Amino acid sequence: MAKTNPKNLKYTKEHEWVKVEGEIVTMGITDYAQELLTSLVFVELPKVGKKTEQTKTLAVVESVKSVSDVYAPVSGEVIEVNTSLTKKPEIVNEDAFGAGWIAKIIISNSKELDKLMDADSYTKFCQKEEKH
Amino acid sequence: MKLIFEKSVPGQSSVSLPESDIGKIKIDQLLPKSKIRKELDLPSVNETDLVRHYTELSQRNFGVDQGFYPLGSCTMKYSPKVNEEMASLTGFTQIHPLSDDVDVQGALQLYYELEEFLKEITGFTAVSLQPAAGAHGEATGVMLMKAYFEDRSEKRTKILIPEAAHGTNPASSALCGFETVTIKSNSQGEVNLDDLKKNMNRETVGLMLTNPNTLGLFEKNIKKICQIVHHQGGLVYCDGANMNSMLGVTRPGDQGFDLIQLNLHKSFSTPHGGGGPGSGPVGVNKKLVPYLPVPRVKKNGNLYCRDYNHEKSIGKVKTFMGNFGVMVKAYTYIRALGGKGLKRAGQNSVLNANYLMKKLKPYFDLAFDKTCMHECVFSDKKQQLYGVTTLDIAKRLLDYGYHAPTIYFPMIVHGAIMIEPTETESKRTLDEFVEVMIKIANECRTKPELVKTAPHKMLVTRVDEVAAARNPNLKWEE
Amino acid sequence: MDFVPATNKEEKEMFTTIGINRIDQLFAGIAKEHRLKRELNLPAGLSEIELKREIESMAGKNRIYQTSFRGAGAYRHFIPSVVKHLVMRSEFYTAYTPYQAERSQGMLQSIYEYQTMICRLTGMDLANASMYDGASALAEAALMATRITEKKQVLLSSAVHPEYQATVKTYCHANDVKVVDLPFKTGTTDLKELKTLLNDNVGGVIIQNPNFFGSFEEIKEIAQLVHQIGAILIINVVEPTSLALIKSPGEQGADIVVGDGQSFGLPLNFGGPYIGFMATKTEYIRRIPGRLVGMTKDTQGRRAFVLTLQSREQHIRREKATSNICTNSALCALTVLVYLSTLGPKLRKVAELSMAKTHYLAKKLAKLPGIRLINSQNFYNEFVIRVKNSQTVLKKLRNQGIEGGVDLGNYYSQLKNHLLFCVTELNTKEEMDKIIKILN
Repeated sequence: MAKTNPKNLKYTKEHEWVKVEGEIVTMGITDYAQELLTSLVFVELPKVGKKTEQTKTLAVVESVKSVSDVYAPVSGEVIEVNTSLTKKPEIVNEDAFGAGWIAKIIISNSKELDKLMDADSYTKFCQKEEKH
Repeated sequence: MKLIFEKSVPGQSSVSLPESDIGKIKIDQLLPKSKIRKELDLPSVNETDLVRHYTELSQRNFGVDQGFYPLGSCTMKYSPKVNEEMASLTGFTQIHPLSDDVDVQGALQLYYELEEFLKEITGFTAVSLQPAAGAHGEATGVMLMKAYFEDRSEKRTKILIPEAAHGTNPASSALCGFETVTIKSNSQGEVNLDDLKKNMNRETVGLMLTNPNTLGLFEKNIKKICQIVHHQGGLVYCDGANMNSMLGVTRPGDQGFDLIQLNLHKSFSTPHGGGGPGSGPVGVNKKLVPYLPVPRVKKNGNLYCRDYNHEKSIGKVKTFMGNFGVMVKAYTYIRALGGKGLKRAGQNSVLNANYLMKKLKPYFDLAFDKTCMHECVFSDKKQQLYGVTTLDIAKRLLDYGYHAPTIYFPMIVHGAIMIEPTETESKRTLDEFVEVMIKIANECRTKPELVKTAPHKMLVTRVDEVAAARNPNLKWEE
Repeated sequence: MDFVPATNKEEKEMFTTIGINRIDQLFAGIAKEHRLKRELNLPAGLSEIELKREIESMAGKNRIYQTSFRGAGAYRHFIPSVVKHLVMRSEFYTAYTPYQAERSQGMLQSIYEYQTMICRLTGMDLANASMYDGASALAEAALMATRITEKKQVLLSSAVHPEYQATVKTYCHANDVKVVDLPFKTGTTDLKELKTLLNDNVGGVIIQNPNFFGSFEEIKEIAQLVHQIGAILIINVVEPTSLALIKSPGEQGADIVVGDGQSFGLPLNFGGPYIGFMATKTEYIRRIPGRLVGMTKDTQGRRAFVLTLQSREQHIRREKATSNICTNSALCALTVLVYLSTLGPKLRKVAELSMAKTHYLAKKLAKLPGIRLINSQNFYNEFVIRVKNSQTVLKKLRNQGIEGGVDLGNYYSQLKNHLLFCVTELNTKEEMDKIIKILN
């Protein structure tokens, strides 16, 4: 059972979450996503300084049976990455919304945030996906 | 079980080498000391222990010779022993690949005739035996398609691949820089014609298609499919992994395909070797002949010779001629069976698959309830009600002395179980397999925990794949 | 003989179960226009007696030389009887890829042992489970280097085996990677030219050691130059018995080591199947193509082996895979493993005998009138001599039942009338003295 989606975060259709703090956003993948992926064995973090583009690949998460792209929820520049995931990718499984954050991005276009879903919409979106 | 390195005892040996007959060897007179290696850390094992070690390892393994191997898409048919004997003839094993043509007429004849046989079987104009495996043949095929359009100064960057396709298809395309566009399947599990039409254009090299498809179903609309692609000047590639069902009945060349890759280690009985070596010949129609890898073998009167004079050739995809040792086995097989035998093999592979499908249908959810070709696909839908998955069923089959079928492929069937019995299995084997599958289906209902924690009778239980991937240990260090 | 067990009676029983009367009803889904309206035009099937006769006669049309000095990527070495005996156990050769780990611990453990052997020989951190052959492994290494550095250009020494060069070029062309030829001078890669060609656009540099002419390259020096501009050094080893004798490529700065393991127990087989090996540094573990076997534990804590990091491979990653490779050359890898286990440290003696005998022959040939040895001091078990007319020399030797060296005029226009000779531990003093006598 996936954890409840925190109300203070925004969400993408590709199961990334975003915490907005002024010009800086922190992002990661949702608990729903980590459950689907099962135990992560590796996280390929983006390089600090990388220019991101909304919906383009930012990082890669790898489990034993699958590899998934993590897409940038916003355009901007990566200013920090969660290096603890390199040694312990399982942190994402344990605490996807907290300690399992992946990167912090300084956004270039705040209008893009309007394209993201709120917690309720995302929860409904996941329920729809499950039915398929 | 210990590793060979753990059995090493300094001073022991399994080999005897003669003394030098050119006087004492002083290596430091031939090489400066700074270039000579100081340590050579290879194990020293006596011959008794060496033989026991590898014999024991073989006993911890499982091949077609040990039991039924219904791996869908792999065609695990019986490998005739006469093939092995012919491939071991010193007249084949001791000839150097760079021998003069006149010294290897027998080898070149075999090579040439095998090409002719494969042309006839598949309905294509020419065949290259150079690629070393199916995936290699596929990559070669995609390179040929690229060369074809380059020669016409047409810039095409995309390739169409059905969603049911094997992973090598998009991987091979990426190897040549093409962007994959996925084509949906229709409700029958076949290529969705509308989606194909929508996506086929002059920027697209064409379509890669497996026929029969990865569900074991023959693409009814193959003529229309080829028309749609050809209409836009594209090419249709046949992934020939499922050739076994078509032998002597229908030919991809006649169906409209422009090229194909074959797997000699599938339809043509050469052994799988635990994961190779194989051989992946590529067949092409007239359009693609100029681009084939070199050398080609030609016949001038009664003399066979190697010809490197092909300007437009893509070059080479490996050294020398390809996996000749594997070709001898396939050649022997085709000569043993002849056209009639190949047709019977193909027909009976389809008979066996349909027989199993009918017998298993009441117990397992059938993905597509219609006549299949040489393989059929089930899912774990019925067993999921008890919390048992395809993986669990596969592991439980190991306990009963079988190799599991192919699982979780094709991806368009959730929890796919793909069963390909091949024609070399007797009715008794098939009936026993059905009995065991029914037993397991019952266990799923009555003792699901037993299935979920299988296998129980192997030398090891389920292995920790997560740990293996998180902290890879890929070599032995003392 | 078609190996189909079903009797007429059994077929009828199966028809009844399925609900058909004739077998071709199962093919009704194939439109009539696609069905073959004739039998396949192939020679009629044969009984085993006739079959063997046919094929043995074909094998008999090939000439086996008792005495041969031909190498160039395919080497005659001693293969202990034990090797074939063990490798031909059917549990190995009739098995599939070890995807069901619990049932394939034998094959998996042998691949793990093989990976270990390759690492020890090459001096690298990790090795894959093998690839089709040295040339395709080299081509894949070139692509790997371009992916790591994100630079689509490689420098390729012209002293690399010509067929390997051709394969690299075929793969690179298909992948829009530029290949720049790195010329050789007096039989080894021209370092001056290398310095000129190295720039920020270069992702990888490919050097063969010992090179196609048998000569040793200055790996350490080359590594320094290559690393200075941040490119990747790929060392290609076509005669890996050399690894028992000379400093490993890993020790000298290689980033990726590839080559062909044919010398380790695989017969000549007219060119295949052989085996490509690839080894690299820990940091590239997720970039290396091919299968990897790892050691782990089962639920009872017992040692176990499993295919790992499969997510990089085609069946999962699909178009983003590190390569499209499916099979490796598993049985050949097993052969290499058994050979190396059998030889053990005595592999060094094989290398010493090969090298010493080669120098013996080279020295004596160089003294003959009309023959000039081209290699300088450092060469392994192959060398190049210049003669008046290469075809005349080869013919003379043929007539005496000797397979001479390779005519380099076939590969390099500037090397007409140059012959590449190879000597291994199998060649005897008598054979070598015989050549000297014939060519005197």
